Amino acid sequence: MPHVLLRAAALSTALIASTAFAQSSGPIKIGLMLPYSGTYAALGSAIENGFKLYVQEQGGKLGGREVQYFKVDDESEPSKATDNVNKLIKRDNVDVLVGTVHSGVALAMAKAAKDNNTLLVIPNAGADAITGPMCAPNIVRSSFSNWQPGYAMGVVAGQKGVKRAMTITWGYAAGAESTKGFTEGLEKNGGKVIKDLTLPFPQVEFQALLTEIAAQKPDAVYAFFAGGGAVKFVKDYAAAGLNKTIPLYGPGFLTDGTLEAQGASAQNMLTTLHYADNLDTPKNNAFRKAYAIAYKSQPDVYAVQGYDAAQILANGLKAVGGDLGKREQLAAAMRKTPVDSPRGKFTLSAAGNPVQDMYLREVKGNNNEFRSVAVKALADPARGCKM
Amino acid sequence: MDLATFLVQCLNAVQYGLLLFLVASGLTLIFGIMGVINLAHGSFYMLGAYLAFALAPWFGDWFVTRLVAGVALAAIFGYVLEWAFFSFLYERDHLQQVLLTYALILVFEELRSILVGNDVHGVPAPSWLGGGFRLGGLMEYPWYRVFASAACLVVALALYAVVQKTRLGMMIRAGASNRDMVRGLGVDIRRLYRIVFAGGVALAALAGMIAAPLSSVYPNMGASVLIICFVVVVIGGIGSITGALIASLLVGFVDTFGKVFFAEWSGVGIYLLMAIVLVWRPEGLMKRGF
Repeated sequence: MPHVLLRAAALSTALIASTAFAQSSGPIKIGLMLPYSGTYAALGSAIENGFKLYVQEQGGKLGGREVQYFKVDDESEPSKATDNVNKLIKRDNVDVLVGTVHSGVALAMAKAAKDNNTLLVIPNAGADAITGPMCAPNIVRSSFSNWQPGYAMGVVAGQKGVKRAMTITWGYAAGAESTKGFTEGLEKNGGKVIKDLTLPFPQVEFQALLTEIAAQKPDAVYAFFAGGGAVKFVKDYAAAGLNKTIPLYGPGFLTDGTLEAQGASAQNMLTTLHYADNLDTPKNNAFRKAYAIAYKSQPDVYAVQGYDAAQILANGLKAVGGDLGKREQLAAAMRKTPVDSPRGKFTLSAAGNPVQDMYLREVKGNNNEFRSVAVKALADPARGCKM
Repeated sequence: MDLATFLVQCLNAVQYGLLLFLVASGLTLIFGIMGVINLAHGSFYMLGAYLAFALAPWFGDWFVTRLVAGVALAAIFGYVLEWAFFSFLYERDHLQQVLLTYALILVFEELRSILVGNDVHGVPAPSWLGGGFRLGGLMEYPWYRVFASAACLVVALALYAVVQKTRLGMMIRAGASNRDMVRGLGVDIRRLYRIVFAGGVALAALAGMIAAPLSSVYPNMGASVLIICFVVVVIGGIGSITGALIASLLVGFVDTFGKVFFAEWSGVGIYLLMAIVLVWRPEGLMKRGF
């Protein structure tokens, strides 16, 4: 009996020693929690491709350590999010979480990351709350907050002389955050939103609301939709002849990855986002070329966000020599070090959200072409963040 | 709201209602006559839309031919599906029906993902239905929407004629009210069911094909349609075609004007309507009376 006890004790000491050891050497365990099935599957694989491309460019290492991946399909399903994230944290014991696309799932991940003090890099989900009330030193985002593109479009609309605007979106958090940003940007530039139209997610029967827009005759309309909803709205808007008299504005998601389906109805539309298809910078050109060679397809904004997620993480790990134990230095370095992104250089705010240029883009053919910088170095207000 | 706007909104409501009817009529047939809860009905709608997308390059402007070809394919598919799966369900309870048809949703979604991918695709409307006309100086109304409404009306009338005036229709009506008696009278109920099921699938697919140029095709497009269709079927009275027509128009009006006047509550509107109708008439507007 004492034998067994002794052995168990020896074993557990060895285990503890080995986990402590794993903090600074051996492979760094990265948990990718992304949508690999369902509506957002294409986005999930673009993000993973971008992330891995950056790691490959560094010789397969981050902060001098090999990288080991663990993958979980989050299915964009908030009700399964907590279970899924715990698989990575508790079962696989990952050092870093990367994910995800859907904001509801990302909020659950942020909560779990906060509770377990696990590093979390968010490569898309734009919920304002993640770098607002939920903000934490160990949580950063490589993409955007919903507020950002909306605000930039509001500024552009105001400068174009829009006095009375209407907004239309699904009645859910992302839509409300985006249109709120637009309203703020517009009001600061001399315009006003006369009415916010909403319909339940994910309904796509817009005709009644289009008639309402036609009756009110605003100077411009700001719409937030994505995927199938974005395609249908833009087409219905053009079919109703409204695009001839009332310009339709939106965040980039209204016309990103949907142009083939939107066809002629989206031509010449203006949108704002932190990326454009034809940014002619050496960094972007090199990135697009490398991505096309590695994956035989053209990168999109999601691939860029995945690429930058890896880059932000690398910045932090480099500063501490791969030692994840030095949390404070790591968190500070991730925020302070400029990110050399294909979209242009940016840094992170204290809350962990990119402080980045917002571009005004115009739809030409199947591309969202760069027109001008709508707002330079735009920072999310990070309302409610106490750190 | 002035009169012109009001009339345009009424037009929107009727148009939406008619399209709903086309999907819901197939569901009410299958649900009412065969007693099968068919959750996969939304997938048949999606199937139709993707058929329209896949067949478009082959038929070009031969739009009506494309519709006929798509409907024929869907009917054959429905016939085979009934033979392979649904024919085993009639004697079983609702839970097993729900399990099988839910599994079919997953299978169809995955097949779609493998065959076509997860991108959104536009489906071209035929060029002879392109463009639109001015409506009261307010907005343009696409000809294709007018065509879609007309097509739905034609199908509704044809369905009425088949169910009320033909021998097959008589058997369907009889089967809906008492299937054992019909079997006792020597009608081959299995074949009848197979035909009804194929017809239901064809109706849903036709709705999908007609809706495709308006809605584009995208993953999970059947899910939201399915839920609204169940609302329509329950309001109209399970198994009743006339009830489904009245209910779809009601839902169309409640949804359209709900969005305009009670934006915050518009998601609740149709369910409120359903609750009120069910309190008033627990079996729906029409009691299996067609």
